[in-house]
Amino acid sequence: MSYDLIVIGGGPAGYVGAIRAAQLGKRVACVEKDRAGGTCLNWGCIPTKSLLRNAELFHLMKLRGGEFGFSFDNLRYDWSKIIKRSRDVADKNAAGIEYLFKKNKVDYIRGEASLAGPDAVTVKGTDGKEQKLEAGKILLATGVVSRPMPGFPFNGKTVIGSREAMILERQPKNIIIIGAGAIGVEFAYFFNAFGTKVTLVEMMPNILPLEDTEISQTLEKAFAKQGINVLAGTKVVKAETSAQGVKISVEGKKSETLEAEVCLVAIGVQPLLPGGLSLQLTPRGFLQTTDRYQTSVPGVFAAGDIIGPPLLAHTASYEAIQAVEGMFTEHVPKRINAFPSCTYCQPQVASIGLTERAAKEQGLKFRVGKFPFSASGKARAVGEVDGFVKLLFGEPYGELLGAHIIGSEATEMIAELGLALTLEATHEEIEASIHAHPTLSEAVHEATGQAFGAAIHI
Amino acid sequence: MPYVEMPKLSDTMTEGTVVKWRKAVGDSVTAGDVIAEVETDKAVMELEAFDDGTLKEVYVSEGGKARIGEKLALLLAPGESAPEHDGEAGRAAKASKPDANRSQVVSPKAKADPLEVAAPTVSSRVKASPLAKKIADAKGVDLSSIHGSGPGGRIVARDIESTAATPAPKPTTVIPAMPPGPSDRRIPLTGMRKIIAERLFASKTQIPHFYLNIEVDTGELVRLRTQLNEHLEKSGQGKLTFNDFILKAVVTAATKVPRVNASFAGDAVIEYADIHLSVAVAIDDGLVTPVIRQAQKKSLREISEAVKDLATRARTKKLKPEEYQGGTLTVSNLGSYGIKSFSAVINPPQAVILSIGAIVKKPVLNAQDQIVPGHRLAIGLSADHRVVDGAIGAQYLVELRQLLENPVGMLL
Repeated sequence: MSYDLIVIGGGPAGYVGAIRAAQLGKRVACVEKDRAGGTCLNWGCIPTKSLLRNAELFHLMKLRGGEFGFSFDNLRYDWSKIIKRSRDVADKNAAGIEYLFKKNKVDYIRGEASLAGPDAVTVKGTDGKEQKLEAGKILLATGVVSRPMPGFPFNGKTVIGSREAMILERQPKNIIIIGAGAIGVEFAYFFNAFGTKVTLVEMMPNILPLEDTEISQTLEKAFAKQGINVLAGTKVVKAETSAQGVKISVEGKKSETLEAEVCLVAIGVQPLLPGGLSLQLTPRGFLQTTDRYQTSVPGVFAAGDIIGPPLLAHTASYEAIQAVEGMFTEHVPKRINAFPSCTYCQPQVASIGLTERAAKEQGLKFRVGKFPFSASGKARAVGEVDGFVKLLFGEPYGELLGAHIIGSEATEMIAELGLALTLEATHEEIEASIHAHPTLSEAVHEATGQAFGAAIHI
Repeated sequence: MPYVEMPKLSDTMTEGTVVKWRKAVGDSVTAGDVIAEVETDKAVMELEAFDDGTLKEVYVSEGGKARIGEKLALLLAPGESAPEHDGEAGRAAKASKPDANRSQVVSPKAKADPLEVAAPTVSSRVKASPLAKKIADAKGVDLSSIHGSGPGGRIVARDIESTAATPAPKPTTVIPAMPPGPSDRRIPLTGMRKIIAERLFASKTQIPHFYLNIEVDTGELVRLRTQLNEHLEKSGQGKLTFNDFILKAVVTAATKVPRVNASFAGDAVIEYADIHLSVAVAIDDGLVTPVIRQAQKKSLREISEAVKDLATRARTKKLKPEEYQGGTLTVSNLGSYGIKSFSAVINPPQAVILSIGAIVKKPVLNAQDQIVPGHRLAIGLSADHRVVDGAIGAQYLVELRQLLENPVGMLL
């Protein structure tokens, strides 16, 4: 068989790239060894959002039911049903991708692919049979997997990665989570909400270390209040398995040895390189690509997590579309510029653009506008007064530089600010846009006003 | 995708006019069938279907305009049904009603409101980001002079910054036209006129033009052509025009002075290996410059045939985009109108254009200082001084004169 494009990997980079190429009238195959949808849909974004929804609901009812006038005599949950709901959601979504392949006439091939040259791919099917496919161009979108801690390998039971963490058969009594990026933080919230004793260890001075420091510190306080043991600025010096589970020695403000049934290692990822050709890598082991997303072998392109950070589904899809349009049209591909980052614990964290830290490092002149949800009528009505909106505007023109939100619906509110950044909006356009009342989004309007001395409600 | 959209048929095209629907609603269509004729700023082109199906609806009637990407028609494959959200297509249809009377008489309202016409920014809205507008304002940069690199050609901050770094020519003020009276005609610009206006305005304001003129004794050329044409006529072949000889000479001279076959590229001058000769052809309300490719490899006869074919198809707007793009040197000949001499505006990004006048019979002095009847041709050269200096331009004209005064050489 011969194709215009063979995509290896069916995740948010792969399936999106394949469909875009098909829409451009190309003959396309997408080879996936596990299940369409990739990590995002099967073992990441989507199933964890399902788990977190359960956690939010339970947390609200258990801790704050009285505040809303509810009382429960016997509030219980069924762990296996929580996990099953998450898996069902992933299953439905994966089937959805297969439907999209069919609709767009993309040949979906199950099997393990390796590069047989710059214009050929060998696929070992699920039945063990090998076939060789020819391709005008190849897009690698093989993604990444959890990276183990040196000397502390995953064992699927007591030392686990995020994939195992979302399908634990039994709820652990206690868990140590190493690494407080989005994955570590979300699982910390999830397990804690159901009463697991959680210790969250982060080497950097704050959890969510890539976020604005003020946001990270606010989340640390909220987590501490929820009962999570947050150990930021703390290094793991020794990690071993024990009869009871794991034993981990840490050094931070104080040195101590922690014990728990399970340890979730969420310190990062490692690339899943395809077999066959040897391609040039970045110093961190991801595939090296040009501005047109081409690897060191002409005709072989790559997009998504496999080409390095940001490791996000939405940036992967963007990269794949850019790469494919660059291959088959006159479009000049663009690399990622501003992109939103979202973390779905409660309170949620969402951001786009520069943090205050980065703006200072770049020597930019800017002013900050902030508005707390405690001053928002809608936030009070729904009982979600934690958090704030923080916006950075450049001087002298007043253009938006960065937006940082912590609060119950932060991840849904960030889109407006993404559009503002893309359009190069200044504070005037945000101020001139009437925001509906009562909404949490009014806080964006007010934070903008606050930066320029025009906020009404604080 | 069941919609047929207005394709981008040339690099300068922004909208197209549906000249004719070759298929009617209800007709079945096979991929590759020509379904419509579309006029761009340069030519009338055939629009082919990409899919098999039945033409269910057309949104733009004959004579109607559509911007690139706007829906022209609904083409459904067997079993396929129309998408539900048809609002956009409906809007597109409304927006592109044919203006049957394109050179419409201006209504009295326009006179009552002269500001509408006189405002210096009568051109279309400039798309720019709020930040770009503020920076431009602060730096006194004219947004209409900037090419946008943002989504949809929007001007973004970095475009202003790169412009501000290399100061553009002073912002130009469009001198407002006198508002038309009730019996005046206001003729909206066609796509072609817009392009001519933009490119030649840019040429005359951005390229440092200088002009040289030379007179050529064409007595020998007149004799040779008469002789050749008698012979050709007897053998039933097409005649050669003076222009054919001039084109051949222009090309041959350019192989000897290659600097005239060049472009200014900012940090370099590019001398092109091939001479792609653009020939200006007047057509209704405008002109096109079809290109004779690799003209240096063509004989006099081949050039003659190529120019005849291209000019005929240019007049009927049947040129393909690649046939009028990528020229490296232009010839404009107004001799047939009896124009004695003129100086043409450079066709950017080329460095040189030749202005060919009429061959005139007039009294001349011969080698013995006697007044005798003779034939003379005035040739003008307009050159981009960034690429070609006066001496190079002069050398080129001397070469050209040499060839035209000894035309037998061109038959070899």
